[in-house]
Amino acid sequence: MLSVIPQTAVRFEDEVDNYTFPAKQTLRLQKVMGYKQHRIVKEDTATSDLCCAGLEYILGRGWLKREEIGGIVVATSLPDHFIPPVSSVIHGEFQLGKDVACIDVSQGCVAFFWGLLEAFMLLEHMEGKKVVVFAADVLSKKVSQKDRNSYPLIGDGAGIAIVENCMDAGKVHTILYNNGGLRDALKIPAGGSRMPSTQETAILRDMDGDGNLRALDNLTMNGADVFSFVQAEVPPLIDEVLDFAGYSKEDMDWYLFHQPNKFMLRKLAEKLGVPYEKMPMNTVEEFGNSSGACIPINITYNLADAMRTRKSRCCVSAFGAGLTWGAMVMELGEMDFCEAYYSSL
Amino acid sequence: MEKLYGILASLRPEFDFHTSENFIEDGLLDSFDIVALISELEESYQILIDALDILPENFCSVEAIAGVVKKNGGAL
Repeated sequence: MLSVIPQTAVRFEDEVDNYTFPAKQTLRLQKVMGYKQHRIVKEDTATSDLCCAGLEYILGRGWLKREEIGGIVVATSLPDHFIPPVSSVIHGEFQLGKDVACIDVSQGCVAFFWGLLEAFMLLEHMEGKKVVVFAADVLSKKVSQKDRNSYPLIGDGAGIAIVENCMDAGKVHTILYNNGGLRDALKIPAGGSRMPSTQETAILRDMDGDGNLRALDNLTMNGADVFSFVQAEVPPLIDEVLDFAGYSKEDMDWYLFHQPNKFMLRKLAEKLGVPYEKMPMNTVEEFGNSSGACIPINITYNLADAMRTRKSRCCVSAFGAGLTWGAMVMELGEMDFCEAYYSSL
Repeated sequence: MEKLYGILASLRPEFDFHTSENFIEDGLLDSFDIVALISELEESYQILIDALDILPENFCSVEAIAGVVKKNGGAL
């Protein structure tokens, strides 16, 4: 597993004046929410650039051979273009064979899970091959810099997992749920076929009357609704997936959760009765919420040594746009590589 | 109750919480203020507030906030 993280770290304190709120009031949220710094790509960096940089790094170190690649799955909410898919861009950049499958999936913060599931299914039909799963987003390009609800937490980055069949591998117990009735809680209203981008959709406005300025082209999030939804749905999901896997909460070495903000994670840990130490919450503080890339970044940043040297029982959970929420219980470890690569992109 | 008013005043000193009947509807507290308030309440009363109690209606008045503190084991 590899994560690709932009070298540019922007500190929250340096952005406080971007917002319409008093600085003192905003700074109070620093500790509670995990507003420390976030990683932002350069203006001309696209999603595929992070993916290609990561794959080049992996191939260059001999961790994967080009001819071993049977499929490319890219999980992203912000592709380079509507057409072609990012997986095709990567396929072309690396001049891969015509039998290499290319799939893009768009499932927001849960995208890495869906990418893994696609890989599992592809591997049923590709003996001896490996599938490269990318979870990559550059959502800083779609969040208003004057939106204190979202911008301080958003981060750019990519995670890459090489997935292969292994005779002695344990089961991956997975549960994924959806509630499309709540789809408007996380949304980019304009830019698609429903509301094409125009000069009008690019105008910043205080849409909710709360002092946050955003355009219809920007990500909008009803934070209170998302928070309540996550706190109500994720704890029973974790109980259910552990029961499905035949484990208790104590059996898990790690709870590797999506990183929306520190407050939400702390409340989840308390509700679940899981020690804070077993649920890393520092990824959002250091890198921001990089959507589907959060979980691989979390793993490579916090558990790189452990993941290379031994196996750990992990409960992995993600939740977000859709709204979608899911959890996996699996053994992770003894990886050939587990590393964070800091890129100049 | 005065302790609660003190905490509220420290969060948003520009408002008079005594004269508002609904802190949320009157715009005295937004969702991020509620997060900061929860942090202050947990520290002041040495409690952990249940995530499912974190709803706007539980923070719309000083009486509602007192109810949340009590429900989660705080002594007022």
